[in-house]
Amino acid sequence: MSLVIEQILNGIQLGVALFLLAAGLTLIFGIMGVINLAHGSLYMTGAFAMAWATSKTGSFWLGVPYGLAAAAIAGILVELLVVRRLYARDHLEQVLATYGLILFFNQMATIIFGRQPLLLAPPDALSGFVTILPGIQYPVYRFAIIVAGLVVALGLYLLIARTRIGMLVRAGATHREMVRALGVDIRLLYTFVFGLGALLAGFAGVMAGPLYGVTAGMGEQILILTFVVVVIGGVGSIRGAFYGALLVGIVDTMLRAFMPGLLRTFMAGQEADALGGGIGSMGVYFLMALVLALKPKGLFPAHG
Amino acid sequence: MAKPVAPRKEARDPLRMVTLVAVLVLLAALPFGAQLFELGALTSFATRIVILAIAAASLNLILGYGGLVSFGHAAFYGVGGYVVGILYAHARWNAPIWGFIPGVTDMAITLPLAIVICGLLALVLGAISLRTSGVQFIMITLAFAQMIFFLFVSLKAYGGDDGLSVRRRNDFFGFDVRDDLSFYYIALGFAVLWFWFMARLVNSRFGLVLRGIRQSERRMATIGVSTYRYKLAAYVIAGMGAGLSGALMANYAKFVSPDMLNWMQSGELMIMVILGGVGTLTGPAIGAAVLLTLESVLAAWTEHWAVILGPLLVLVVLFWRGGLNGLIALLRGGRRD
Repeated sequence: MSLVIEQILNGIQLGVALFLLAAGLTLIFGIMGVINLAHGSLYMTGAFAMAWATSKTGSFWLGVPYGLAAAAIAGILVELLVVRRLYARDHLEQVLATYGLILFFNQMATIIFGRQPLLLAPPDALSGFVTILPGIQYPVYRFAIIVAGLVVALGLYLLIARTRIGMLVRAGATHREMVRALGVDIRLLYTFVFGLGALLAGFAGVMAGPLYGVTAGMGEQILILTFVVVVIGGVGSIRGAFYGALLVGIVDTMLRAFMPGLLRTFMAGQEADALGGGIGSMGVYFLMALVLALKPKGLFPAHG
Repeated sequence: MAKPVAPRKEARDPLRMVTLVAVLVLLAALPFGAQLFELGALTSFATRIVILAIAAASLNLILGYGGLVSFGHAAFYGVGGYVVGILYAHARWNAPIWGFIPGVTDMAITLPLAIVICGLLALVLGAISLRTSGVQFIMITLAFAQMIFFLFVSLKAYGGDDGLSVRRRNDFFGFDVRDDLSFYYIALGFAVLWFWFMARLVNSRFGLVLRGIRQSERRMATIGVSTYRYKLAAYVIAGMGAGLSGALMANYAKFVSPDMLNWMQSGELMIMVILGGVGTLTGPAIGAAVLLTLESVLAAWTEHWAVILGPLLVLVVLFWRGGLNGLIALLRGGRRD
């Protein structure tokens, strides 16, 4: 039982990280109509900058602002130099240009930091275990990720639902042309949204560092999962991204955790592990196919 | 108002015919040139280009002519490869698949089988994917390809992550084609056939409907075309082409692995199509040649070639629309439709 609860929490923790990425991706698509494959690269940039700053300063907490700033700056540069020219283009060209960016970012990371993963320890304040329920221990760091992610999600909700700039973002997502016609500086809004998305991606990257290690190519592993989240939730919908992220995070984690054991009851151990791992990895894509087959626009479609 | 345009008789354009024949003669003579100038690896390199050009041309059918941006074409390419690999493995183990399908090591059977299996796979995946459009279509095709990728990673019986090696190239109707020269001609022959088929297809009524769907699906639906069936048929044909390409590649490389199914492979196929010029007949072949040449030239220069290729790709997309075929058309003073 305690294992199930622990895995559900792990699922929520993955879901929260996925949400941070998916929120930016879905906003960027919903408002600017751009498919940004390089979103994972911004996540990676945040993780690398944070790992670098932490090793230089010796403090996890000093590393965090470096990671966030690097991701946001990289995002704004990408928007100004490349993505800005892609708004009027079709999806194919957006996919290819941002694919080119992935190649660049990944190789740059390899050149600067090498192929070995950088390993980070969680800070002392967040190491050890916390007792969630009597008899159930859970790593403090993972628990902190859940809390921090939910706080950021709440902040994002307040920003979008309660502030003037959030109103512009919402208006931009539903009636892009009208916002432009009303005299809003849409270019500034676009840069802001892209920078915000990059910041969220960077935050996810910063938190992921101590869990998974920091490597070139780490962005793409999670990027494809993020796509699944965005599509399941409904492209352009932040609410959809939130529920989609939790759903994908929990389903993915549970399948990976329990599928091998389930198969082992009627298969040889080693083969069951391999096949179970495979089915675990495939599960979310099945889920996505199922959702799209039933609701082609996702669970929470943004536009009607 | 756009005037109704009769299908262009591209093949009857004399300049095109001359160019086509010249290119074919050059390709046929390439191995001899390679021997003459002692460029031993050239034939082998050209074989890779020719094989990947088949996959790129099949992607171009849906992506360029049909406007369906599939980001999962490597799925069919990889499965085509695995058909060859798995049949070879069972032949070598002398153990029929599920106890009754014997392994095979002749291209006369393995290639058609790869094509049929990939066609069926494309039928199933396409039937679901084509219910969506736009960005959802891009992502669902990517997701299905990932699914198949993970499936083969988890199949430890067929090597899992490490892949399967095909120690001995398949026979070709009983003939031994282990030397690179005869295999080059086989690959070239299939590529010529496939490009001929593509040329016939896109200029047929089917091809015209497909192009119409790219321009405006709603318009085609309004004039009474059942667009879904056309898109699905194109998707299946594209899957078959990629399967053929993958099966040839497995024979060429004597190796299959989940790398063939990786999403980066889908990305590379897309790059080939766009570099050569989307929706042009010869574009995919030019694109495959340019990308592979670029990769090997840059790789010879620095191991970090992606750092140059990436920005180059961005520049091509941003400033150089229409790809290389667009450039050629521009030089000839022509205009692309």
